[in-house]
Amino acid sequence: MSKTGPRPGPPRLVVGAAAVLVVVTAAVVVFIAWRGLATFLVNKVHPFEFLAGVVWRPDRPAAEGGPLVGILPFLAGSVIVSTLAVAMSTPLSVASAVFVTEVAPNWGLRVLQPAIEVFAGIPSVVYGWVGLNVLVPFIRNHLGGLGFSVLAGALVLSVMVMPTIVGVAVDALKAVPLELKNAAYGLGSTRWQFIRYVLLPAARGGVLTGVVLGLSRAFGETLAVQMVIGNTRLVPRSLLSPAVTLTSGIAMDMGHTAAGSLWNNALWSMALVLLATSFLFIVVIRLVGGKGAAG
Amino acid sequence: MSDRLKDRLATAAFWAAAVLVTVLLAWLLAWILGRGLRYVDWSFLSFPPSNFEAGGGIGPQLFNSVWLLLISMLITVPVALFSAVYLAEYSGPGFFSSAIRLSLETLTSLPSIVIGLFGLLVFVNFAHLGYSVLAGALALTVLNLPAMVRIAEEALRAVPSELREASLALGVDHWETVRRVVLPAAFPSLLTGLILIAGRVFGEAAALLYTAGMSSPDISFTELDPTSPRSPWNLLRAGETLAVHIWKVNSEGVVPDARRVADGSAAVLVLVVLLFNLGARWAGRRMSRKMTGL
Repeated sequence: MSKTGPRPGPPRLVVGAAAVLVVVTAAVVVFIAWRGLATFLVNKVHPFEFLAGVVWRPDRPAAEGGPLVGILPFLAGSVIVSTLAVAMSTPLSVASAVFVTEVAPNWGLRVLQPAIEVFAGIPSVVYGWVGLNVLVPFIRNHLGGLGFSVLAGALVLSVMVMPTIVGVAVDALKAVPLELKNAAYGLGSTRWQFIRYVLLPAARGGVLTGVVLGLSRAFGETLAVQMVIGNTRLVPRSLLSPAVTLTSGIAMDMGHTAAGSLWNNALWSMALVLLATSFLFIVVIRLVGGKGAAG
Repeated sequence: MSDRLKDRLATAAFWAAAVLVTVLLAWLLAWILGRGLRYVDWSFLSFPPSNFEAGGGIGPQLFNSVWLLLISMLITVPVALFSAVYLAEYSGPGFFSSAIRLSLETLTSLPSIVIGLFGLLVFVNFAHLGYSVLAGALALTVLNLPAMVRIAEEALRAVPSELREASLALGVDHWETVRRVVLPAAFPSLLTGLILIAGRVFGEAAALLYTAGMSSPDISFTELDPTSPRSPWNLLRAGETLAVHIWKVNSEGVVPDARRVADGSAAVLVLVVLLFNLGARWAGRRMSRKMTGL
């Protein structure tokens, strides 16, 4: 192959745009980490006390022993609500994905997939508003408690994460090679046997990725949960008790705490915990996505 | 239980799941629109909110939502498009490419409240923008970028390689091929993706609470001085959006008719989202028909 010169690389504009992405991301990580570490470096709160402390009283006067910033109530609330939401959403979401790819592609394409796209578009505050007016009174009147509860938060979230799980699961199911399907049907299996013993196992990695992505969305969702969960800074004792999450705590208090105060610093540290969790989810997704994927 | 019976039951269960999801959506839309639309009229859409009395509208908030979206898209689209060109057309294995991939993954998985806090720190405080339209639009840009890059990269990769090869074989260089052949061919899916993302961002609130702010001056279209806080186009005035407004009236509850305002605003938000969805479908169909000449 004769060459007249080196192959021209990408234009500066293109490299520059891609560099912007990297710089912005690095800036987010650096700034959140810098502000988030102040609680530990400036206020000298022990990280363990911060993460595992159950008492959140950042305004406790010095006479009573000074402020306490234990975020376990927030952490527990976030973990419980998002796990519960994904647990409730996954069966319905995976069934919907199988419906779209295997059971009735025509219906799925014309009705179910567009419907799920609309679900994805409905704003978070609108979900919160519906939850506040429908779920909260329903739980109060029929199940007991105040209505503002872990259950209300998890139910709202379970609808909100559905589009994420369905979307990724549909892609994973579509990536399963046609040969597997032909082989299964050729051996005389029914559709259910094919779905249960061939399709779902073959797509396991992709479906799991969808579930983890759903979990990460649920963990970071803010206002919809804030509107229905009650925001009591205590570790919840039951499904019907109110709770608080990392995101809702930040959203409510950030506006009326002075920059540099321990209270404010603790909120930034909660944001740092959210950031660290995002990285954890990325690692988990790389692990599950790499295994058992057919496509 | 025979295998055939099991198969029938499973089929029934899959249909039940699909019907449940569809009915849930229908109910949700009916509930939101049924409660809210009766409050929506011209004065609700154009009047400013009132601070303590009943009867306020959502005029400035509605305008701010559109204005923020527009400004943010003006920044997002070029950055995302050129990044996607890099990823789809130029990137090979290497440090820079994996740094971009990791950045996209990180930005995608960041909760929007964290992006809002980043905006508060960098745009509002360090850049001295204050609670402003510009700070909000920049935060929205950070929020939008990963999705926009992904959609653009998919659109570029879906362009048949024969088109590229034909152009390169004619002696056209790579960059010109991208500009003259690949980008036009990818345009319909780019546009569809853009509209869908715009629909989602229109209702974003968490990233805007502490960037665009939770208040808006009464804007006036007769105000011609762009530095006046009453000017709609002023990028440095506070710019509370509709979604933020729903959250605010609900959590503060100062106005006696907060319920009416939230119901009406929710209906407007959902209507706009539906319009964006339909618009994306319509544009996609129409453009692909035009391109294929059918």
